[in-house]
Amino acid sequence: MQPFHELLLLLVVLTNFWVLGTTRLSATIRATAIQGALLAGLPLALYPGFSLHILALSTGTLVVKALVIPYFLTRAIREAAVRREIEPLIGFTPSMLLGAAAVALAFSIAPRLQLPGVRSDMLVPVALATVVIGLIVLTTRSKAVTQVVGYLILENGIYVFGLSQVERVPFLVELGVLLDIFVGVFVMGIVVFHINREFDSLDSARLTELRD
Amino acid sequence: MSLSAWLSLLVVMAVAPALPGIANRTKSALTGRRGAPVLQLYADLAKLWRKGVVYSLTTTAIFRIAPVVVAATTLLAASLLPLDGRSALLAFPGDLVAFAGLLGLGRFFLVLAALDTGSSFEGMGASREVTVATFAEPALFLCFTVLVLATGELRLAGMLGQPLALAWPAAAPSLVLAAASLFIVTLAETCRVPVDDPLTHLELTMIHEVMVLDHSGPDLALILYAGALKMALFGSVLVSVIIPRADLAPAAALAALIAGLAGVAVAIGAVESVMARVRMNRVPQLLVAASALAGFGLILQLR
Amino acid sequence: MLLPLLILLPAAAAALAWFGRWPRNPEATLLATAALHTAGVALVWSGGGAPAFGGWLAVDAMGQMVLTVVSLLFLASASYAWGALRGDGASRRRLFTTSLLGFLAAATLVTLAHHLALVWIGMEATTLALAPLVYYRHDRRSLEAVWKYLVLSSVGIGLALLGTFFLAAAQTQGRPLLLEDLVQNAGSMQTGLLRAAYVFLLVGYGTKMGLAPLHAWKPDTYGEAPSLVGGLMAGALTSCAFLGLARGTEVMAAAGQAAFVRPPLLAFGIASLVVSAAFVIGQSDLKRLLAYSSVEHMGILVLALGIGGAGSYGAMLHLVNNGLTKGLMFLAVGNVVLFYGTSEAAAIRGVLRRSPLTGALLIAGLFAVTGSPPFGLFVSEFTILGAAIRGQMVWLAVVMVVLLAMIFLGMAKMVLGAALGDGDLRQPRERERPYLVGGPFALAALSLMLGVYIPGPLQALLATAARALGGSAP
Repeated sequence: MQPFHELLLLLVVLTNFWVLGTTRLSATIRATAIQGALLAGLPLALYPGFSLHILALSTGTLVVKALVIPYFLTRAIREAAVRREIEPLIGFTPSMLLGAAAVALAFSIAPRLQLPGVRSDMLVPVALATVVIGLIVLTTRSKAVTQVVGYLILENGIYVFGLSQVERVPFLVELGVLLDIFVGVFVMGIVVFHINREFDSLDSARLTELRD
Repeated sequence: MSLSAWLSLLVVMAVAPALPGIANRTKSALTGRRGAPVLQLYADLAKLWRKGVVYSLTTTAIFRIAPVVVAATTLLAASLLPLDGRSALLAFPGDLVAFAGLLGLGRFFLVLAALDTGSSFEGMGASREVTVATFAEPALFLCFTVLVLATGELRLAGMLGQPLALAWPAAAPSLVLAAASLFIVTLAETCRVPVDDPLTHLELTMIHEVMVLDHSGPDLALILYAGALKMALFGSVLVSVIIPRADLAPAAALAALIAGLAGVAVAIGAVESVMARVRMNRVPQLLVAASALAGFGLILQLR
Repeated sequence: MLLPLLILLPAAAAALAWFGRWPRNPEATLLATAALHTAGVALVWSGGGAPAFGGWLAVDAMGQMVLTVVSLLFLASASYAWGALRGDGASRRRLFTTSLLGFLAAATLVTLAHHLALVWIGMEATTLALAPLVYYRHDRRSLEAVWKYLVLSSVGIGLALLGTFFLAAAQTQGRPLLLEDLVQNAGSMQTGLLRAAYVFLLVGYGTKMGLAPLHAWKPDTYGEAPSLVGGLMAGALTSCAFLGLARGTEVMAAAGQAAFVRPPLLAFGIASLVVSAAFVIGQSDLKRLLAYSSVEHMGILVLALGIGGAGSYGAMLHLVNNGLTKGLMFLAVGNVVLFYGTSEAAAIRGVLRRSPLTGALLIAGLFAVTGSPPFGLFVSEFTILGAAIRGQMVWLAVVMVVLLAMIFLGMAKMVLGAALGDGDLRQPRERERPYLVGGPFALAALSLMLGVYIPGPLQALLATAARALGGSAP
């Protein structure tokens, strides 16, 4: 049977497509939570042996990415009346096709990068694809909370890439990165909440007052 | 042209009408009702066969031959599949295209018949049906491509038979993705929720039902039977991808197929009971998602 | 012990300001911490900063200079805040102080960190620390500004993290991501990965710096944040972001990739100058004007890095001068906003008559910020232009001069229009308390001094930093 980590990476890509295709805001947040849980399992699958470093990283990722951040985002939109995303800048179907193209491109570029010592040959393509899909979601969606979800997916992609360098990047650093991301989303969630309060909508297309 | 292949075809032909019954019964059970009997479609077919037929004055010969063409093409397509797990009645390299083409031919004639009636109601249903098919075909072909790459075979009998069983361990992720995509395609081709609701009678929401509105008597019986057989065919493809039956004895393989078909019907019924039909403009997105799934499986095969 | 203390002191003070009931006015904590921090930095100048945590924290020439700029600017801002915050509510003053102190701790971390991932953590922390301050006014416009700021900065920082990871992957020898080891073993690093890493770092830290075309968040953010915060962002935050980029450039220079980094750096620099010139002319808001001026100076910094040679020396000098002058200008504009209630240039007339000290600061700041003699920025820009000419890039020098002249004209029109004239003769003279003008005057004096005379120790430091970047002293 296939190695477990390949299955996890496969599911990560599927959650990306889920976010690209769904219209419901709560579904996007749930997809991020599931992605966080998958990412928490990745270090354990890639580096079997249960060292303290890996266990702490997994637990931290699980708590932050799969529990705290989604809970917090859900609370941030609890007052929102409209829970559905409107047609994005490039349409849902083109988004999904673009995401598929990004995955194909990532898989074709990754072998040429020749990164040393990577445990799985699916890590780097999935990482790059996730980063690109995160950017797609961030730039084409108009609801503020979906943009935060796009940012989270971007960071998840970078995290997967970082997993290929786990021996090089010590635990303290990963902890700091995780903490930073958490605080970042915390602050963003507060702003999203305020946006909803102020504009009675999560639509960031309303934020057009400042211009030259 | 082995005996087991013939026998399997006849068995599947006989069992096919039970599948929509199983799906509907599952849906009723899951929503707390008693529902129609599982063998209801048999009774319907028998009733329709005995009835007379009514032809509208606006229709031509196309309307009369369409049901026959539909049934014949579906049967021919059935003969391309390795229903006993290892061999098919007809096999030649590239017959996967013939499979899709035959089913497409049947659909084409149904659409012609719908347009032949001169009713805008049926024309609308026909155009919607063709739109759905336009998006479902690429997904189907992407799934087939995954199978071709995994097994190296160009005949359906090979793609779904012994070589597939050998290819499973190495290509598992791609095959799982292809299976998921195939399930969505099955839902689209057999006109079930979330693509099309077989129970709706509202003009705004009908797709397949409205196309066959004008047919009656034995014609309608042929069309209904062809629909059930199509469900059986797609179900068989799905079952063959998920459960490699090539190593089993023919009888056991057939039994596994029947059980698998029943399972697929139950799954369709379960999906119908938990989901609502998606909005008309979201149906292409759903099918593009199915294509993306199969495409991703393809990428995994290529690396 | 000194280096960790420099980081921990503001962090502890931030916690004290947020959780502690004493002292009653948090500005005292702010000012005291700023003073102690500057004293600590003075100790570093006299040779006190030993590396800590196995080399993760250390002082080198570039870091020391950015640290000094940050500390001085913070001290001036803290003295300004001493009085300027008095009118606000207690919880808002607490938030203000806590965020500012958190920013100081994070910025110190960026300057002192020699582990590149630690640099990243500090940068992200500075972004987050300032976010509540951008939203200080709690109105629609500042909400929009803070949203754009957060989203764009976060994406940029994320890409910088990816670049950092690429750098770790490219490294084949030595302790991973430690600056000394990176520079020492730069020759053995994988070229392809190294270049990819630099591109990501340039885009990522460039977004934080506010280089065009990644500058979209700057005018909105600087325009809506309180002027004090704007000054810190323009002077200190951009310097820290530049430091992140400079670290990457250091590694590239050591790896012999100077030819590779030149085109993108020059491209970003020229783009920033062009965008700045285009938007400065016809600008209607003083703070947004300063934002575009910041884009201009970031462009000059990056151009100087790309030119190399004496350009690297000029870049470091420019960094110092830019920090001081931006602080001066923003604080002066802060006074204007305080007196006039708006930063729209059309509504502001006769600042010189109504508040002479602020008017003087405004005019002096105008000349300082646009790089006119006798202020410090003139010297650094002159050095950079000279390096361009000597480096066979006369066309670049000409383009720079033309664009700088355009920017000067645009800014002068707006600022002089606001400062000169009679304005509303019914309004009386404003009371310009010491805390409102003390800090800015100190910054102006420093900038003036640097335009005339660069002290020996500073010159030595600048030369060391220039050499590390692959350049030389003029």
